[in-house]
Amino acid sequence: MRTQSSRIVPLSTAVAELLHDGDTVALEGFTHLIPVTAGHEVIRQGRRDLTLVRLTPDIVYDQLIGAGCARKLVFSWGGNPGVGSLHRFRDAIQNRWPEPLEIEEHSHAGLANRYVAAAAGLPFAVMRGYRGTDLPEHTATIAPVTCPFTGEVLTAVPALELDVAIVHAQRADREGNVQMWGLTGVQKEAVLAAKRSLVTVEEIVDELDPRPNAVVLPKWVVSCVSVVPHGAHPSYAHDYYERDNAYYREWDAISRDRETFGAWLDELRQGVSAPA
Amino acid sequence: MICDDWTTDEMMTVAAARALPDGVACFVGIGLPSTAANLARRIHAPELVLIYEAGAIGAKPGRLPMSIGDGILAETADAVVTVPEIFNYWLQPGRIEIGFLGAAQIDRYANINTTVIGPDYANPKVRLPGAGGAPEIAASCGEVVVIVRQSTRSFVERVDFVTSVGYGGGPGDRERLGLRGGGPTRVITDLGVLEPDPETCELTLTEVHPGVDADQAREATGWELAVADDLRASAAPTAEELDALRELERSVAAA
Repeated sequence: MRTQSSRIVPLSTAVAELLHDGDTVALEGFTHLIPVTAGHEVIRQGRRDLTLVRLTPDIVYDQLIGAGCARKLVFSWGGNPGVGSLHRFRDAIQNRWPEPLEIEEHSHAGLANRYVAAAAGLPFAVMRGYRGTDLPEHTATIAPVTCPFTGEVLTAVPALELDVAIVHAQRADREGNVQMWGLTGVQKEAVLAAKRSLVTVEEIVDELDPRPNAVVLPKWVVSCVSVVPHGAHPSYAHDYYERDNAYYREWDAISRDRETFGAWLDELRQGVSAPA
Repeated sequence: MICDDWTTDEMMTVAAARALPDGVACFVGIGLPSTAANLARRIHAPELVLIYEAGAIGAKPGRLPMSIGDGILAETADAVVTVPEIFNYWLQPGRIEIGFLGAAQIDRYANINTTVIGPDYANPKVRLPGAGGAPEIAASCGEVVVIVRQSTRSFVERVDFVTSVGYGGGPGDRERLGLRGGGPTRVITDLGVLEPDPETCELTLTEVHPGVDADQAREATGWELAVADDLRASAAPTAEELDALRELERSVAAA
């Protein structure tokens, strides 16, 4: 099982096979290499009751939340980076629209360490963090822990095991080995924290020649690879395309009221040239 | 050369840039902190080490990054690391001298709220983006510089939610909480500069920008603002500072 190759399949097949209603799933990407098109496929297939996890939920999470796919959000910073607020996320929390959204809120350091613990097969991670803030009062997954060697009181956060991790990478080879570079965020940790994983890639190549700071995910830790050129748009894919900054600003207008968002959603569901 | 034609936001950004000494490592957030830190690198601090939470250490972007994921940060960095590494290996042990933060609300003891507006966390009046890297930046950097526009909405007696700790409830609280960094040393606003009183830790107005007086700052503060006896006046932005700042801002507007 562990040395089995990842399978290269169409995106719709991968999402249908790997992601089920009620799953805990992270579509990770720290404002770079965000698996946006995969998120749109999740909306099209009408997944529900998902627990969505991500350090930096942005536009595609706003879309998933507005479309009613999520029951809960585990996160550390929810905004439209460089633009402002996420209006669907705010509407869900402030007005319970389209349905109530439970939240579990961390700092980046805390949530990153929750993936690290899961990737390492440990029950929790230890860190210096959260002391004196109001976060522990509202987030059950933050607790004090005493160092058995020095007696110092530190903070523990539990491993966050995912059912599915979805990430975007620049490329894979024909065997399904995956390579990503540039700012690689928490994607490796998310994939290693997950039971199943899907990587969308810009292209398949014969050979993965070395790149600076590249992260390679061997084929046997990835369940499925799907070829999705431009799959991170409107975010960046280092050496492939820049961020579509205008779209981030447009999203602010589209998402601001329920009606314009509804029209966007209808268009996406009908599969008409999925906007962004 | 002094240039008379500038906005209060420009004055604020220039004052924030001046607060950053050359040669130190600075943990920078996107927005006003990033603009000010990049301005400092262009004017008086060419050796300022910019650290972005997405994993860029020593980034030297030729324009302002559009977000923390901007490839220009990776391309110009001395080192590129992962997000867990930036927090666990670089921030947590106290390797970073200055943390540079924004705020939605700040209180008398420089505690910061970026989480919710309103008394009820479960039913907020306004849901803000949340913590991001700020709680650990505020806890672990050698010192913290805050940049925020001053008004009675942002400068409140008590923050609705403590996202990042300044001086807690007053002297001794940081030590009691085991926070190893020194805490906020300067709060830079569009009206002036506030610094914690060495005895009480209470934010005290120590500097006003040109054309601003202490009463204006008092009126824009939600508590009875302490004013230093030797209140200073900031130097107006120079033409060099304004040119560099406007060029940086054009680079983002053009994107």
